[in-house]
Amino acid sequence: MAKQYETVIGLEVHVELATKTKIFCGCSTAFGGAPNTHTCPVCTGMPGSLPVLNKQVVNYAVAVGLATNCTITQYCKFDRKNYFYPDNPQNYQISQLYLPICRNGHVEIETSEGKKLVGIHEIHMEEDAGKLIHDEWEDCSLVDYNRSGVPLIEIVSEPDMRSAEEVIAYLEKLRMLIQYLGASDCKLNEGSMRADVNLSVREAGAKEFGTRTEMKNLNSFRAITHAIEGERERQIELLESGQQVTQETRRWDDAKEYSYAMRSKEDAQDYRYFPDPDLTPVYISDEWLAQIRDSQPEFREEKMARYKKEYDIPEYDIGIITDSKHLADLFEETVAICGQPKKVSNWLMGETLRLLKEKNMDPEDICFSPEHLARLIGLVDSKAVNSTVAKEVFEVMFDKDIDPESYVEERGLRTVNDEGALRKTVEEVIAANPQSVADYRNGKEKAIGFLVGQTMKAMKGKADPGMVNRVLKELL
Amino acid sequence: MDILEYSAVALSAAIREGKLTATEAMEAVLARIDEKEKDINAYVTIDREQALRAAASAQERIEKGELTGALAGVPVAIKDNMCTEGMLTTCSSKILENFVPTFSAEAVINLEKAGAVIIGKTNMDEFAMGSTTETSAYGVTRNPWNTDHVPGGSSGGSAAAVAAGECFFALGSDTGGSIRQPASFCGVVGLKPTYGTVSRYGLVAYGSSLDQIGPLTKNVADCAAVLEVIASHDMKDSTSINRNDTDFTAALVNDVKGMKIGIPRDYFGEGIDAEVKNAVLAAAETLAAQGAVVEEFDLSLVEYAIPTYYTIAAAEASSNLERFDGIKYGYRAEAFEGLHDMYKKTRSEGFGAEVKRRIMLGSFVLSSGYYDAYYLKALKVKAMIKKAFDDAFARYDLILGPVAPTTAPKLGESLSDPLKMYLGDIYTISVNLAGLPAISLPCGKDSRGLPVGLQLIADSFQEKKLIQAAYTYEQNEKKI
Amino acid sequence: MANVITDETIEYVGILAKLALSDEEKEQAKKDMGRMLDYIDKLAELDTEGIEPMSHVFPVQNVFREDVVTNGDESGKTLKNAPGEKDNMFMVPKTFD
Repeated sequence: MAKQYETVIGLEVHVELATKTKIFCGCSTAFGGAPNTHTCPVCTGMPGSLPVLNKQVVNYAVAVGLATNCTITQYCKFDRKNYFYPDNPQNYQISQLYLPICRNGHVEIETSEGKKLVGIHEIHMEEDAGKLIHDEWEDCSLVDYNRSGVPLIEIVSEPDMRSAEEVIAYLEKLRMLIQYLGASDCKLNEGSMRADVNLSVREAGAKEFGTRTEMKNLNSFRAITHAIEGERERQIELLESGQQVTQETRRWDDAKEYSYAMRSKEDAQDYRYFPDPDLTPVYISDEWLAQIRDSQPEFREEKMARYKKEYDIPEYDIGIITDSKHLADLFEETVAICGQPKKVSNWLMGETLRLLKEKNMDPEDICFSPEHLARLIGLVDSKAVNSTVAKEVFEVMFDKDIDPESYVEERGLRTVNDEGALRKTVEEVIAANPQSVADYRNGKEKAIGFLVGQTMKAMKGKADPGMVNRVLKELL
Repeated sequence: MDILEYSAVALSAAIREGKLTATEAMEAVLARIDEKEKDINAYVTIDREQALRAAASAQERIEKGELTGALAGVPVAIKDNMCTEGMLTTCSSKILENFVPTFSAEAVINLEKAGAVIIGKTNMDEFAMGSTTETSAYGVTRNPWNTDHVPGGSSGGSAAAVAAGECFFALGSDTGGSIRQPASFCGVVGLKPTYGTVSRYGLVAYGSSLDQIGPLTKNVADCAAVLEVIASHDMKDSTSINRNDTDFTAALVNDVKGMKIGIPRDYFGEGIDAEVKNAVLAAAETLAAQGAVVEEFDLSLVEYAIPTYYTIAAAEASSNLERFDGIKYGYRAEAFEGLHDMYKKTRSEGFGAEVKRRIMLGSFVLSSGYYDAYYLKALKVKAMIKKAFDDAFARYDLILGPVAPTTAPKLGESLSDPLKMYLGDIYTISVNLAGLPAISLPCGKDSRGLPVGLQLIADSFQEKKLIQAAYTYEQNEKKI
Repeated sequence: MANVITDETIEYVGILAKLALSDEEKEQAKKDMGRMLDYIDKLAELDTEGIEPMSHVFPVQNVFREDVVTNGDESGKTLKNAPGEKDNMFMVPKTFD
C-alpha cells in the first residue's frame, strides 16, 4: 500500500492597513496613482531623510492582535531587515523581529471536518515595498515607489493547517476579522492581502516536520489552492523517488500553474536585523490598550446572535449578510432608516447578490448608500413604482448610487394612478385584441395575462399591475 | 579692523549697526578663499554667485529690520554631509558626485532663517569615516597652521575653513569626535551637543545613534550663539528632543567658582603626548585658579570605548549606506551585467577604501551567527559606559581632558594603519556612546606650533555648564 | 592573530554588502577585518550578564505622526537625481520578479 502523507502548512499573511498615510511619512496610501506621485524623501530613501511612525498603524495592529487573541507586546521596537532589491529604496525594510507587537494568538476556523484553532505565532508591523514593472521594449525594469512605505502587518501563523480547505478558511476568517475592524479592505487581487504559504509533507503519524518550502505570489484563493495541491504533490514525488526537499523560496506562476525556485547566489537570505536607531520604542500603556479594546467592533458571531434576536429574517440570510462587514453595515443602516428588515434583506439577498455575482464584485465594492436603498423601498411601499421599475432603478443605483426618488421623477417612472387614463388605455387594448378578449370570455383565465402585459406596455410600465387587473376584469 | 578678524557674532553686530554690509563680508571671505584654497582645500563646493546673491538678500532684509538675530548676514560653511537644497552634497564621496538634494537639512534651514549666508560645502572624510580628512574623494584638506599636517577629521574642511578665515563659522558633524578633534587640531572651538539637540533630518547618516551636528567657531561666544540657532525640536526626527533650555548664550558667564571638575586619570596614561598632557593640565589649573574644584578620578572602561564604537558605528553605517545603489541618485557604474553586478560595480567604484572597510566590518558583525557576540555585546558595553559617566556626573559638573592624544599628525601618516588611527579617537568616542555634550577649545600649542585642544564633557543637557566653563577659560587663559 | 578571516567569509560579506573587491583588496580586507575583530574581542573581557543592551541613550518613546496627508505630488523631486528614468519611473536592470 502506498504511503500516506500529511501536509503541514503555515501562512505568512501580509495585510495593507487602511491608513490615509504611509507608515513613516505623510504621503497618501491611495491605490493606483500615477507613478511616483505619492512619494517623498522618506519613502524613496533619500540621503538624510528620517522615518516618523504613524500612530494609527499601531492602533490597527493592536486591534488585529486583540481580535486574534494575541498577547500585545506593550514595549515593542522596530528593526531593520537588510537586503538589496530595487523595490526597497533604502535597501533595508523597517520591520519588527525581536519585539513584534503581537504574539501567541489564535483564531477558530470551521471546515467540512469541523472546528479547529489555528495558532498565530506573531504579528508585526512593517513597510511595504515599491512596485516593479517590466519594460519589454528596453529589456529593463521600472520602479514606482507609490506603494513604498504603505503600512503592512504580517500575520505569521503556526504550522497548524493540514489542507487547502483549512488555509482558505483561515484566510477567510482573518479577512472577516480585519474587515470588521476596518483595518484593511483585504483584497487579494489588489494586493492589500497577500499570503505566502510555508508547506512541508511528512508521513502520516510522523512526529517531526519535513523540510518546508515557502511559496510566494499567490493572488487569489484559487491560486493558493492550486499552489498547495501542486507543492504537496511535488514534495511527495521527491520523497517517493528517494530525493530530498530543499528549503527554498518558490514563486507561483498562476498562468502556468507551476512554481519554480527563486534561487540566486546573490540571495544570501541573511538579513542582518538590528534595532532601527532612527525610531524610538513604542510603549502601549494599559490605558491605551484598554482604549483600543473598548473600541473593538461587534464581530460576526455576536452580530449573528443579535440579528437572530432583533430581526425576523432567515438564518441563511443572516449568515450571508454578516459575512461581509460592509453588507452588514448597509443592512443595519438601511433598517435604521426604513425600519423594514425583511424588505432590506430581500434587496440585499436578491438583486444585490445577483449583481455582485454578475459583475464579479465583492460586497466591499458596493457603492450605494443606505439612504437610497431606504428611499427605493419607500417608493415600492407607497406604490409610487411597481416592482419591475424598482428593479430597473436599483440597477442604476447599484452602478452610480443615484437618488431613486429624483431619478424616478426625472425619468417620469412614477406609477400612473389616474384611473381615467388607465380606463382609456384598457379600452383601447380591449378593442385592439378581440381574440384574447374572446378567449378570456370563453373561460381562458390565462388570456388576461396577455391583456395586462399589453396594457403595461402601452403605459410604458408605469401602471400598478393590481389596478390594471381590476380595471380589465371590470371592463370585460 | 580687517573684516576677517571679526568673530561671527561681532560681524553680525557690525552689519546690523551699518558699519559694513553682508555683501562686503561675503566678498572678503571669497577673496580669502581665492588666496588660501589652493593650499588648504577646505571646500568641495563653492557657489560664489549664489553666495553673493544670498548675502545681498540678507543685507536687504537686515536693512528692512526683518533679520535681527545674532548671526544675520554672517557667511557660513556647511560640512558636505548636510543636505543643501539645490547645492551639490557629496559627503566627499564619488558615489554622490552629482547629487543635488531637493531639501535642506533642518540645521541648515535654521541657520538660513537666522540670516546666516551659505558660502559652500566643506571637505570631510568620506561619509565622515576618518580622522584626518584624507579619505575624501576630492583631495585632502591641509591644516592652516602647517600645511604638511592634517586638519583632523572628519569635519576637517569645516575646522580648516574657520581657522584659515575662509568662513566666519561652520557646521560639522560628530559621530566619534569628528567636530572636536579637527577643532583641536586647527585651534578653533567645536561643540558636540547632547544627542537629539540638533535635528539629524538632512544629515546623511553614518552612525545614526551617535551622529550629532554642531558648530565650529572662532570662540566660545560664537559657539553658544550658533548652537542656540541650530538647536530645535524637529518632528521629522524621531530622536529629536524637546528642550526648553536652548538659550545657550545666557551661559556666557566668566565664573567657575565652586564648579566641580573631574580629570579622569585614565585619560593621561599610555599613548598621550607629553606636550598635550601638559597643556591640558595647565588649562585645568587655569580653571582651578578661577575657583573651580578640580580633582582626579577613575572613569573606568575607557579602553572599551573604541571597540564598542567601531562595532556599533560600522554596523549602522553598513545599513545606512545600503541606499547608495546607483538607482535613485548619485553615481552608477557605466558597464555591468544585470542588477547585482550593477550594485557591486557601482558601490565598489563609488566608495573609497575606508568606507568599504567599515561596510565590510559592519555587515560581518550583523551577519547570521555573529550578532549576539558583537553587536549585542557592544550595546551592553555601551550601557556600561553610559553608567560610568552617570556615576562620574553624580560627583562632578564637568569632566576635563584632552581631545586627542597628539596634535595634528603629518599628512599620509595615519591611513597606513587604520587601527592606530582609530586609537586616536579614544578620548572623544565614549562621549558619543553616552550621548553627552562636549566642547573642544584651544589650550595652547606644541613646540611645532600646532594647536592643542582641551575637552570639557558635561552630563546630558548640560551644555550651559560647558559653555560657561569654556568661556571662563577663554577669558582667563592668557592671564596665567 | 586570533580571528582568521577566510576567502569564503570575505566573499560572503561581499555578497551581503554588494561590494566586489579586487584580489588585492580582499587580502587587505582579510587582514583589516581580522585585526579589528581581535580588537573588538576585547569586549569579551567584560561581564555583561544581566545588562540590558542600550540602542537609544535616552528613554524617549512613542514619537508619532498623526495619520494626515501632508505631501502632494513630489514625483519631479523624487526623480530629479535618477541615473536612469523612463515614464516617471526609475530605470533599473531587469529583475526576475
